[in-house]
Amino acid sequence: MLFKLILKNIFRARLRSLLTIVGLVIAVIAFGLLRTVVDAWYAGSDMASANRLVTRNSISLTFTLPTYYTERIRAVDGVTQISASNWFAGIYLEPKNFFPQFAVTIPVFFDLYPEFLLPPEQMQAMLRDRTGCIIGRALADSYGWKIGDKIPLQGTIYPGTWEFTVRGIFDARDDTTVTRQMYFHWDYLNERVKQSFPRAADRAGVFVVGIKDGQRAAELSAAIDNEFKNSIAETLTETEKAFQLGFVAQSEAIVGAIRIVSFVVIIIILAVVANTMAMTVRERISEYATLKALGFGPGFVVALIFGESLCLTLLGGLLGIALSFPVIATFKSLIGTIFPVFRLSQETLWWQLGAVIFVGVLAAILPAIRSARIRIVDGLRHVA
Amino acid sequence: MSDSAVSPAEAATTAPPLVRIRNLSKHYTRGDQDVPVLTDISLDIPAGDFLALMGPSGSGKSTLLNLIAGIDKPSGGELTVGGLNIAELTEAELADWRAANVGFVFQFYNLMPVLTALENVELPLMLTDLPRSERRERALLALSLVGLSDRVDHYPNELSGGQQQRVAIARALITDPTLIVADEPTGDLDKRSAADVLALLQQLNREMGKTIIMVTHDPGAVKAATHVTHLEKGELLGTELVAAGD
Amino acid sequence: MKIPFSYILRNLWTRRLTTALTAGGMALVVFVFAAVLMLDAGLRRTLVATGSADNVILLRQGVQTEIQSGVSREQAALVETNPAVARDQRGEPMVSKEIVVLIGAPKKGDTKPQNVIVRGLTVAGISLRPQVKLIEGRWYQPGASEIVVGRSVNTGFEGMELGQSTRFAGRDWRIVGVFDGGASGFDSEAWGDVEQLGQAFRRFGYSSVIARMTDRGQYERLKADIEADVRLKLDVKIEPLFYEEQSKALSTFLSILGLALSLIFSIGAIIGAAITMYAAVSNRIGEIGTLRALGFRRTSILSAFLLESMLLALLGGAVGLAFASFLQFFTVSTLNFASFSQLSFGFHLTPAIVLQSTIFSLVMGVIGGFLPSVRAARMEIVDALRAG
Repeated sequence: MLFKLILKNIFRARLRSLLTIVGLVIAVIAFGLLRTVVDAWYAGSDMASANRLVTRNSISLTFTLPTYYTERIRAVDGVTQISASNWFAGIYLEPKNFFPQFAVTIPVFFDLYPEFLLPPEQMQAMLRDRTGCIIGRALADSYGWKIGDKIPLQGTIYPGTWEFTVRGIFDARDDTTVTRQMYFHWDYLNERVKQSFPRAADRAGVFVVGIKDGQRAAELSAAIDNEFKNSIAETLTETEKAFQLGFVAQSEAIVGAIRIVSFVVIIIILAVVANTMAMTVRERISEYATLKALGFGPGFVVALIFGESLCLTLLGGLLGIALSFPVIATFKSLIGTIFPVFRLSQETLWWQLGAVIFVGVLAAILPAIRSARIRIVDGLRHVA
Repeated sequence: MSDSAVSPAEAATTAPPLVRIRNLSKHYTRGDQDVPVLTDISLDIPAGDFLALMGPSGSGKSTLLNLIAGIDKPSGGELTVGGLNIAELTEAELADWRAANVGFVFQFYNLMPVLTALENVELPLMLTDLPRSERRERALLALSLVGLSDRVDHYPNELSGGQQQRVAIARALITDPTLIVADEPTGDLDKRSAADVLALLQQLNREMGKTIIMVTHDPGAVKAATHVTHLEKGELLGTELVAAGD
Repeated sequence: MKIPFSYILRNLWTRRLTTALTAGGMALVVFVFAAVLMLDAGLRRTLVATGSADNVILLRQGVQTEIQSGVSREQAALVETNPAVARDQRGEPMVSKEIVVLIGAPKKGDTKPQNVIVRGLTVAGISLRPQVKLIEGRWYQPGASEIVVGRSVNTGFEGMELGQSTRFAGRDWRIVGVFDGGASGFDSEAWGDVEQLGQAFRRFGYSSVIARMTDRGQYERLKADIEADVRLKLDVKIEPLFYEEQSKALSTFLSILGLALSLIFSIGAIIGAAITMYAAVSNRIGEIGTLRALGFRRTSILSAFLLESMLLALLGGAVGLAFASFLQFFTVSTLNFASFSQLSFGFHLTPAIVLQSTIFSLVMGVIGGFLPSVRAARMEIVDALRAG
């Protein structure tokens, strides 16, 4: 009976309820979208493995390390394999066609990343072609590249014209795996560098170091760094996750601001729903007084008000959650270049639900208190 | 029961009537059905008259009042007020005509709750070009006429029902209209306030010569009028003089 | 519109809670809107202040940033000889050959290192930036392991105060001075002697060359000379334009994100305004009928309610703008995508932003109040009187 009363009441003021629900839907979608953007920012670090360390020059990422370090790193007990990795930053036709490119030690790099699924015959083809490259599925799809296509790049850090032939396309093993990047032979890079800038040869951007036991990450990181203390190029070794998070940390201010703003949208919709409930209750005071006169306890009226508020917000909330999926999918297709992983997480869904319940409860508090206080005789006489 | 209705022929020999109604009809359309509210009404209302419109609920008396006041349009027939065929006016022209010629008194006073008594009375003058000082002066005068000079800055919710109705009457007077229409002016008042309001209306009619048309179903209110017209089911039954009484 | 203004104002006051809630929602939206515009204005102001129209900057051909660029000693020497390059009183070319690198340093209260620009300059370099002024200590001595830090580095990072030392590239560097970069990007940099830094970082060439032109009009000539010389594979740009390009990516990102957010939020505020105005209309049906009966036109009714909605929005907008103006006390430090280093900038409130925010709130008021106002105006007099 209570529930039927609530539902009927909501649709008495059809326009007002409709407008409130529309507002809720938009707020819930916006909230979900913003949280997804924040999640996407951290996406790279989700892909990190506990069994991989990254060793870089301790001054900053913009300084390189000599490649003869590999032997000394390999000598540390617990280290399995090492690959060099140089950020290439080449331009494909126009600067806006951005995608990550790395010169890595092949095939070792792919042994270190089992989440990149590559058919063995493609790896064989890659090993035979020194100007070959291996690209991720998402990258291949966005430019329509297939095996055998040639990708021309204008070098910036490594000047000159470069051309690579697609020899392999790798797929993602997990949800969190990124497939937007391109890998080519480090040896080829070094070969060209020796020709044009011999002094810059035999330098790696970072080393990706595989370790047998993830639990020993801190210990092994310290061991590696110790190895190079007081040398020309001191190192800083950390887990892959810490390394990725380091990038995000640089934009912490922006990400933090987006987080705050995502809550602002909830406050805005709270104001709207609270307004709706305040108006609704004010108009119905004589009805509530009548119910009380008939013998219904004050708890009944309070339940009516909270019930209506929650029903309203849940209706808007569930609709908003349902519509979040297509909206996020659309965004992904528009800005896929910037964020490799862009999906609605389960945590966000719970946050969206929680937010609407929070709004539904909070918006009803003041009106409910007001209704409980009203004396029957005053209420019956009340003209809104 | 005294004289019979004033026939159109008789009225023509004296001064022209302020309100001249011939074959007036009004119907509402509900879906594909026409619901008649007024049928073939013919009536003359002389200037300076105080006419009461009486009839059971659904008789069309309020509709007739609305048509004469220019806030509704007839479906057919002729309606002339002060020599002007108001049925032919456009909406904008009607609005201007009402502002200058009609004063309204409603059952529930219809004052603006957020304006003071003075500002409520001033309201019709906002449609003129009068400067602020003159508007105030006139409003104060009107309020003194209805005996509310000591309540000019009160808001409606600070006034009794009778006082609110008197403010409404002051508002109805402010533009010196040719016609005052009152729809159940005493409907929401207690006996004492009702008597005061009716006495005031009578005073306006007898001392200031205002033509008043009043819808009522209160026989006591009728006693303040000079003529009473009866309607039933949208048809005019007849007009008669009100017996001189208390 | 003949309906008295006090009628509109007092109706807003009568329903105080509703007015507050609706205006509050608007205030939040305008706050976000103004904040984003102010942040972008602050970013641009900081970066534009970094460049001088009398200077040009030379980088390796095709490279967007100083970090990625490399200019050899020979190339730098050739640039110095160009007649378009100004000379100081002693006849020395006003050219600074600079090395720009990033080091990782922890922010105050944090352990994660953030990228900071370290710039090695030649003696001329400081005079090429007249907006930079020393506020504490002294300039670094050529030949010494000393650096001076910009204001934002001094206050925002650990261990960057006068007298402290910070370690990088195998050496300890003493902070001997703090400079004010004139609210430009230089506030976020640390400066030292180019030869010392070059040795420490094992750089044999330079990152960029900054030169003062004899005359602003000499730019085209200088550019032509550089391009004609095959030994010089360099790009030459007027300094302010270069820095404007540096801010483009971050600025575009902030603008798009902010405006998208404001737009979405504004829908919520507009809906709030519409709900409020519909309620206002339905509560006052009787009044509307009375006003019409008295002779007020439909357009007057429409205007009155539209004005009420706009006033509501303006109230919210003013509150939102007032709070936004307090943001000017805060600075933001984040990664500038182009230079890959931390850039400190503030919120800058301009008259244009005040105007834009005001218009934005008025537009929200008009959109939210339009349909309800039309409903109020469209009513027939007798229906309104009956319903009221």
